[in-house]
Amino acid sequence: MAATLPPPRLLPSGDSAVTVEFSRTIDDDANQRVLALDKALLGAPIDGITETVPTYRSLLVHYDPGKIGFEALGEKILPIATRPLPPVTKARRWRVPVAYGGEHGIDLEDVAKTLGTTPDDIVIRHSGGDYKVAMIGFTPGWSYLSGLDKFLHMSRRQSPRLLTPAGTISIGGIQAGIQCLAAPSGWHLLGRTPVRTYQLHRNPTFLTEPGDRVTFYAIDDKTFEDMDRAAEAGEIVAEQVDA
Amino acid sequence: MSRLVVASIGPASSVQDGGRHGAQRYGLTVSGAMDRLSLAAANTLVGNGPFAAAIEIGPFGASFTAREGAVRVAISGAPRNADIAGSAVAMDTSVTLKDGETLTLGFARGGAFTYLAIEGAIKGETVFGSLAVNARAGLGSPYPRPLQAGDEFTVDAASGAEELRIELPKPASGPIRVLLGPQDDEFDDANKALFLESEWKISATSDRMGYRLEGPAIKHLHGHNIVSDGTVNGSIQVPGNGAPIALMMDRGTSGGYPKIATVVTADIGRLAQTSAGTAFRFKAVSMAEAQDEARKFAQAIRSLPDRLRSSDIVALNIEALSDANVAGYAVSAVDSGTWQVTAEP
Repeated sequence: MAATLPPPRLLPSGDSAVTVEFSRTIDDDANQRVLALDKALLGAPIDGITETVPTYRSLLVHYDPGKIGFEALGEKILPIATRPLPPVTKARRWRVPVAYGGEHGIDLEDVAKTLGTTPDDIVIRHSGGDYKVAMIGFTPGWSYLSGLDKFLHMSRRQSPRLLTPAGTISIGGIQAGIQCLAAPSGWHLLGRTPVRTYQLHRNPTFLTEPGDRVTFYAIDDKTFEDMDRAAEAGEIVAEQVDA
Repeated sequence: MSRLVVASIGPASSVQDGGRHGAQRYGLTVSGAMDRLSLAAANTLVGNGPFAAAIEIGPFGASFTAREGAVRVAISGAPRNADIAGSAVAMDTSVTLKDGETLTLGFARGGAFTYLAIEGAIKGETVFGSLAVNARAGLGSPYPRPLQAGDEFTVDAASGAEELRIELPKPASGPIRVLLGPQDDEFDDANKALFLESEWKISATSDRMGYRLEGPAIKHLHGHNIVSDGTVNGSIQVPGNGAPIALMMDRGTSGGYPKIATVVTADIGRLAQTSAGTAFRFKAVSMAEAQDEARKFAQAIRSLPDRLRSSDIVALNIEALSDANVAGYAVSAVDSGTWQVTAEP
């Protein structure tokens, strides 16, 4: 029998939610434990839990204090959270098309300059990565990816942009992202994807789930426009393959 | 069916209900009424479920006209002068607009949000069980945006039921109660004390996403960047400039600033109804007290129907009605749209 894992910290997030924190830093092992706890709680719900929100390093558990108190909930969560991780199951993988550079990725040239290489090299490194959706947050469908090539790690922009386009593919710090809706951002914009990770009236409404794998491939502007029209009409223009 | 037409309305007014639950894991925030107790009171007056969709009216005035039949409505929340053709309508009462009549509401005389509930509730297409407007995500029904003059709702014809008033429990007063955490350990004792012992004011640039707090700068122990984690309604995050922001119903679902404390459920509506410029304080409470208050708050909403009274026996006393609500004066709490970048990413 495998030993149990060290317990997470249970941090009160008000009277109706608890942050189950596995790490203070971005850490793939912690993220695996977050996703495993999330899966376990979805599979065998504890009465009183209303919603769970996985993030890089913690699972936010919303609950109804009319049904269960903080202490009692903690006692139920801890044994599940310290279980050895289940064997890795097959994740699904999305192949996501990206139009890099130009008007679609206005920071590509600057990123290449800052890192002392060519835009093509940045595209090869970014699209060559094997990413995992570590969390979805901030705005609908905004998928935070771990697995960014170390060479591409760079601090965020000094001054965030007030608005960046829908479908923006960007990097910030040690993270990569797929942004769905137009939103403010301090990340570096490498390109745009026609893929909608969130689209109302489409089945599924949300394309990506935490734990999914992602790879990117480059497309030209013409292909972007064709795919963008198809996506607008409700087509899922990302290809799903088994990881 | 009748129609209720928005004859005039100010900014920061939208259809809201109990909120959109279950999709925060996809980055879709909860939205919903800023002051749930007032939403529930207005709905209860016209026989709706407590969290049915109603009109959340921002600090400015508004007017609504019944067309093609009578419409029964009720108002609760931030107190205002209200009348139908010069005849006063009291807060916390129901009233029936005859075909062609207009209900006119003045500026909020304290607080920010007043709820206009419609008998039979607002009808529309739900997404994740909610009609609440979340303008950024393009959600909300029948209008996925703040309301404008000329908008209209197809509603039930007035039932002709007896008009009612509701005797609301005396609202809590005193400091806004918080639970410290989840990242209070990112602050030293002196800065936690500074947060708890200082007087704060809500900035006029606040909106449904968050209330910016004006007061002393709160310093972090280890810098202001943490790895993003989840937020809740009432999370108080401290960005790099040290000016705390209380996250409200249209918050991002995750954020990368340390959260020093969280407003207790029972006081979020009170904070929402604190006018810009009004001084207030926070007070730390224990988990046991906060959860006890949360249960009482839920019970208060469930028991609202027991507080309904026939409206013809009330002597209209505007002063008392005003006193029963949050004191203060109405200042725009309208979105400036400029500070959303203080959040992620």
